[in-house]
Amino acid sequence: MKSLGGSAHALVDTQLGEISRELFVNQDLYREEQERVFARAWLYVGHESQVKAPGDFFTSKMGEESVILTRDRSGKLHVFLNTCRHRGMKVCRYDQGNTKNFICPYHGWSFATDGKLVGVNDYQAAYQPPFDRDQWSLVEVAQMKVFRGTVWATWDPQAPAFEDYMGDAMFALDKGFAPWDGGDGETELLGVPQKWIIPSNWKFVAENFSCDVLHTVSHRSVDMVGIGPSAGEGRRDPIGRQLVTTYPGGHGCLYGIWPTDEPRHDYAGSAETAAYFQDCWRRRIKRMGTSAGTIPVVGTLFPNMSFHAQQPRTILVAHPRGPLETELWRVYFVDKEAPEAVKHYLRSYYLRYSGPAGMTEQDDMENWNYASAASLGTVARRYPYHYKAGLGAGGASADVPGRVTEHPVTTEQNPRGLYKRWADYMDAPDWAALRASPEQS
Amino acid sequence: MSSGRNGFGPDTARMGYLDLMREIEDFYYREADLLDERDYDPWLELFAEDIVYWMPMRLNVPWEDRARDTTTEEDTAWIHDDLATLRKRVRQIQTGIHWAEEPLSRVSHLVTNIRLPAPVSTLPEGASVAVKSRFFVYRNRLETETDVLVGRREDLLRRIGNQLRIARRKIVIDQSVLMAKNLTVFL
Repeated sequence: MKSLGGSAHALVDTQLGEISRELFVNQDLYREEQERVFARAWLYVGHESQVKAPGDFFTSKMGEESVILTRDRSGKLHVFLNTCRHRGMKVCRYDQGNTKNFICPYHGWSFATDGKLVGVNDYQAAYQPPFDRDQWSLVEVAQMKVFRGTVWATWDPQAPAFEDYMGDAMFALDKGFAPWDGGDGETELLGVPQKWIIPSNWKFVAENFSCDVLHTVSHRSVDMVGIGPSAGEGRRDPIGRQLVTTYPGGHGCLYGIWPTDEPRHDYAGSAETAAYFQDCWRRRIKRMGTSAGTIPVVGTLFPNMSFHAQQPRTILVAHPRGPLETELWRVYFVDKEAPEAVKHYLRSYYLRYSGPAGMTEQDDMENWNYASAASLGTVARRYPYHYKAGLGAGGASADVPGRVTEHPVTTEQNPRGLYKRWADYMDAPDWAALRASPEQS
Repeated sequence: MSSGRNGFGPDTARMGYLDLMREIEDFYYREADLLDERDYDPWLELFAEDIVYWMPMRLNVPWEDRARDTTTEEDTAWIHDDLATLRKRVRQIQTGIHWAEEPLSRVSHLVTNIRLPAPVSTLPEGASVAVKSRFFVYRNRLETETDVLVGRREDLLRRIGNQLRIARRKIVIDQSVLMAKNLTVFL
């Protein structure tokens, strides 16, 4: 892959805290990032609970492209590009299900759930040997990883192992996707994904969830009305101390730290949910001691997997569809062992918070929509965005790994870190160069 | 005595059915006007206290699973509200800083294909009737932003204090990937 000669870094000045609007509107940059970011990074594909039994499949996306997450007959998970090797037709157009084979509706090639080409129409009449079917399996990702139920994959065989890719952000992933009691129990999805299309660049979504502590005015109306899980006040229960944390891999997270010797009153709107939470909280403290109160609130794992890990509990993937169009896929998750009444209460809270009808998320999408539209103009593009909050603040913390800035100091260090890493990807010819990129300054 | 239509024998029963249908049609047309004229407080009065306002999602499934192409009540949904949450949605718009509806979108609700799957001729106090209908909702906002939302509604209307009230609403939209950026319009 040819180098852009450092041209992406010229658009991203993290020292000054100024980032070019071209990142959010430019068609050429968009095409480049499909290759340089989405074809190289580790991407979130799905959740293990979506493919429990052999033959189960879930149709997902990696960047712009359709992929199939499936469990083969021997129980092994795979991620395949959803396209027939013969003439490109999607071999699966169902959202999810269970199957023996993926049969292409165009010319009838069929592929087993391990990706092998097992059926070719008119094989005898049409093809002279040698036709090595093994050469024409479904295209499979180069690497795959399951961690705490979340399934990840990358197309790049040179990409580092998943744990190295995440680096210290593994701490956020581990704490964020554990059950409430902090143990090794399972989480499960509350149902199928919400999928919807927004007129905005995917990076607005990624930076917002990486921890935009400054967008309180966006959500003032929902805070006034109150949709929280404790008698409807605000939009969530208190989270304690707030630590904004940046990781060199472009990942960013906000932690809440609740002192374990202080009582909690979460989920006061539902007796069953409050009781289950208290039980988990006791077990969590017993298991983890004073670190039990350190829990991720919100974050983005580079490039486009965002999450809320406390209230609500949800994964949002911002799949790119063009410089000014993004397809959002949102799933909600809960402890598998939680009582049904708890799952029911949480579902209703999560749905009024997030998604296209979510009373919080609706206002984000209006802002991303018209921020994109108003950045498209020739003159508008001359003026960079302002990311200067907390420049120079932050450092090491005893509580969590990464570069940390604690509230009340506000900072945009996480978007800065995200765009620094984005520029690394855009300018680096390969993973060897990406590994060598200096850390966030 | 005529043989009647719509499954009714005596004319009195058929007249009762027609009278009820007119009342139901008027109810829906008034509801559409309240929404499109942004008269949200009286709109909230159209619901029973125990309303379940539910908008499931649609799935792409094989022919043999076609009955399962809509998410169940135990699954995720676009919207799954009680009356308290519906009231909050209205109050949020009324804050004047709910940016997704500030300034307000222009909306027209067309409600059609109104039908009683099990025809009834009287609806006494406390009784309920299932009503199916279609909606075509046009939304335009700011300058050129436009959404068209089309689908079915399955309501349960209950007579309370001699008024019709919506005791249950299921909204089934004909999209699996929602092509509108948000759902701030009531359906």
